[in-house]
Amino acid sequence: MQQTEHYNDRVVRQFALMTVVWGIVGMLVGVIIASQLLWPALNFDIPWLTYSRLRPLHTNAVIFAFGGSALFATSYYIVQRTCHVRLFADKLAGFTFWGWQAIILSAAITLPLGITSGKEYAELEWPIDILITIVWVSYAVVFFGTLAKRRVQHIYVANWFFAAYIITIAVLHLVNSAAMPATLFRSYSIYPGVVDAMVQWWYGHNAVGFFLTAGFLGMMYYFIPKQAGRPIFSYRLSVVHFWALISLYMWAGPHHLIYTSLPDWVQSLGMVFSLMLIAPSWGGMINGVMTLSGAWHKLRTDPILKFLVVSLSFYGMSTFEGPMMSIKSVNALSHYTDWTIGHVHSGALGWVAMISVGSLYALIPRLYGLDRMYSIKAIDIHFWTTTIGIVLYVAAMWIAGLMQGLMWRALNADGTLTYTFVEALKATYPYYAVRVLGGFMVFSGMLLMAWNVWKTVSSVKRGPDIPVLAPTAH
Amino acid sequence: MNGFWSYWVIILTSINIAGALWLLWTTSRKRPGDQGPSEETTGHTWDGDLSEYNNPLPRWWLWGFYASVIFGLGYLAFYPGLGNFAGRLGWTQENAWAADVALARKQSDFQLAHYDHMNLHTLRHDANAMRTARNLFANNCAACHGTDAHGSKGFPNLTDADWLHGGDPTAITTTITQGRVAVMPAWEAVIGPEGVEQVSSYVLALSGHPGDAQMQVQAKAGAEKFATVCAACHGADGRGNTALGAPNLTDNIWLYAGNVETIRETVGKGRNNQMPAHAAKLGATRVKLLTAYVLNLSGAPDEENEEPEANSLLEGSTHEPTNTAGTQAH
Repeated sequence: MQQTEHYNDRVVRQFALMTVVWGIVGMLVGVIIASQLLWPALNFDIPWLTYSRLRPLHTNAVIFAFGGSALFATSYYIVQRTCHVRLFADKLAGFTFWGWQAIILSAAITLPLGITSGKEYAELEWPIDILITIVWVSYAVVFFGTLAKRRVQHIYVANWFFAAYIITIAVLHLVNSAAMPATLFRSYSIYPGVVDAMVQWWYGHNAVGFFLTAGFLGMMYYFIPKQAGRPIFSYRLSVVHFWALISLYMWAGPHHLIYTSLPDWVQSLGMVFSLMLIAPSWGGMINGVMTLSGAWHKLRTDPILKFLVVSLSFYGMSTFEGPMMSIKSVNALSHYTDWTIGHVHSGALGWVAMISVGSLYALIPRLYGLDRMYSIKAIDIHFWTTTIGIVLYVAAMWIAGLMQGLMWRALNADGTLTYTFVEALKATYPYYAVRVLGGFMVFSGMLLMAWNVWKTVSSVKRGPDIPVLAPTAH
Repeated sequence: MNGFWSYWVIILTSINIAGALWLLWTTSRKRPGDQGPSEETTGHTWDGDLSEYNNPLPRWWLWGFYASVIFGLGYLAFYPGLGNFAGRLGWTQENAWAADVALARKQSDFQLAHYDHMNLHTLRHDANAMRTARNLFANNCAACHGTDAHGSKGFPNLTDADWLHGGDPTAITTTITQGRVAVMPAWEAVIGPEGVEQVSSYVLALSGHPGDAQMQVQAKAGAEKFATVCAACHGADGRGNTALGAPNLTDNIWLYAGNVETIRETVGKGRNNQMPAHAAKLGATRVKLLTAYVLNLSGAPDEENEEPEANSLLEGSTHEPTNTAGTQAH
């Protein structure tokens, strides 16, 4: 090389550290609202502490602040490493960091104030939506700019998934957030009635499919082979499951609106495409797990690998469970119950959080020129508290959800419903307590992680400049 | 959906499914020169040590994928999904729901048929009837009146002897079958904010809460205004009028809370309240059971000959409720 080029790891470090911070914040809010369901008095009769306002704060914080920062960090890191170039447009990359943090902060202020567009997972009002658009387009420029100047011909599989996620989220955000502003803090969706509902869930489910699935599969495709020291199991499986996943996912949204005023044909398409999604979703799990074959012994000594493998197990479980719940007759039982909450958290905590945490434990030391985290033991403890916490959480919600579904539909011989709504609620209380416990365990694991990260990075005065690796000639 | 959009849906759906099948077929077939499983990587290397094998697709996975596509195509042949094509079964969620409701209704009507000829007096002492009535109340009434029937703000307590629209069997049956609408006009524009305060103080005094000296002065002025604007409905003595749904203001029982702020709100801004009609939803037998249950709740005297007048049941409300099958839901 004529002159030494270095990776831009500054922005990666920024996003990586904020991932830990937002993880703690988001999960703390989660524990608070879970406790409010158990002890309603915990809102202290203060409007901005009510469940209705904190719940969107929780979802936005864990999805977009925690998950989003993790995706920014890992995609910026991976695209540089696998393209063998420095990130395109340093200043713009820096802007995406500060812009994203500004968006998160404005969410943290506006949502408790009750400023919301009322669209689930897209609650932020139009001025913030515009900022999201600007930051996201900048992100795309940085990512695709880096991809364009890559020094290897073949684009690594992780980048396919990041590319699909970045493009699709832009489209989803623009279409779903289209609204007519009335005041600075109030706008009205341009879609009427059931069309609005359909657009919302087309967005909502593809946010799951592209933000929470495709993006994190990108993470998986780098950190699993790296950590296992093994080649990816099958290139052609990557090809099939990538294209099948991104094309079939687009249709799955209507399964959120089964047995509603949405026309029958849309509901059916949503269900059918959801079922056809099982195999493409599992393709990623198979590729990840089979990559580990021949390296299973490493699980004994490497808690990071445990995080990654268990995340794939939860991924496989929730991508099977989701299609099952989209079957109309199953949905009639599961919809509106806590089963949905259990499903979401098996995906969000089991898959998204665990793959992110595992990846960060692998990533953070490298960003600071170290071999490993300060305490491997602490990673192991984190792994077990998180795993047990998630199992408690998810199992409690499964039982509660099934119970609610069955209680709501139970009929007496005289044709009356056996239970009133409040009786089902009362029966759910013990499970709400288990949920708080499980959530608290996951949250405390994040605190342990923060301590471990602090101990790791505080020993380093300044993050090193790592020279760009020359592509392997072949 | 017009023809164009129907074809649009069908074509897009077909392209996507066919594309997935083609992708599966083309990547799963063996080509000359394919490497054996896990022998060599594809030859590409990234970031020093990242490489890929090119193992064949796991068979169970491949066949599972095909199976899900075949199921999907089969489903779309039998159920609505491909645009305007209704599917061979002619299934719609509305028909399915209506059939479920009709069946449940038929079974339930059969179970309740022997109550048809019992009078209220008998029903009030029939433990099974009252158990069913309790369930009916829990399913249909508790959402507003509370499981314990104590009501809440805006929703009357049904366990006391105070009635807005009358508590005799005829009145209760009428309330359940036809529903009730009661409006209290807003008086602030007529009597001014000061007038609202005066009348409110008087109303509180009527219920035995004269308040402080200032309120007692207000109440004196309020009494005159009450006589001109309120007495028409609530009566000169404030004891209300069940024919209009005008509450008795002297019994210290409050639909919207008995504090001075709430009363001022009621007087100044008015109230608009509604009990929905249940004739079509419940049918005569269930209404009768509920009437007996509500009479028991309020501890109304139990007489042998207490039967609602026939005209209190809404016309057309027969033993077969009008929308049994839900066909008129649209």
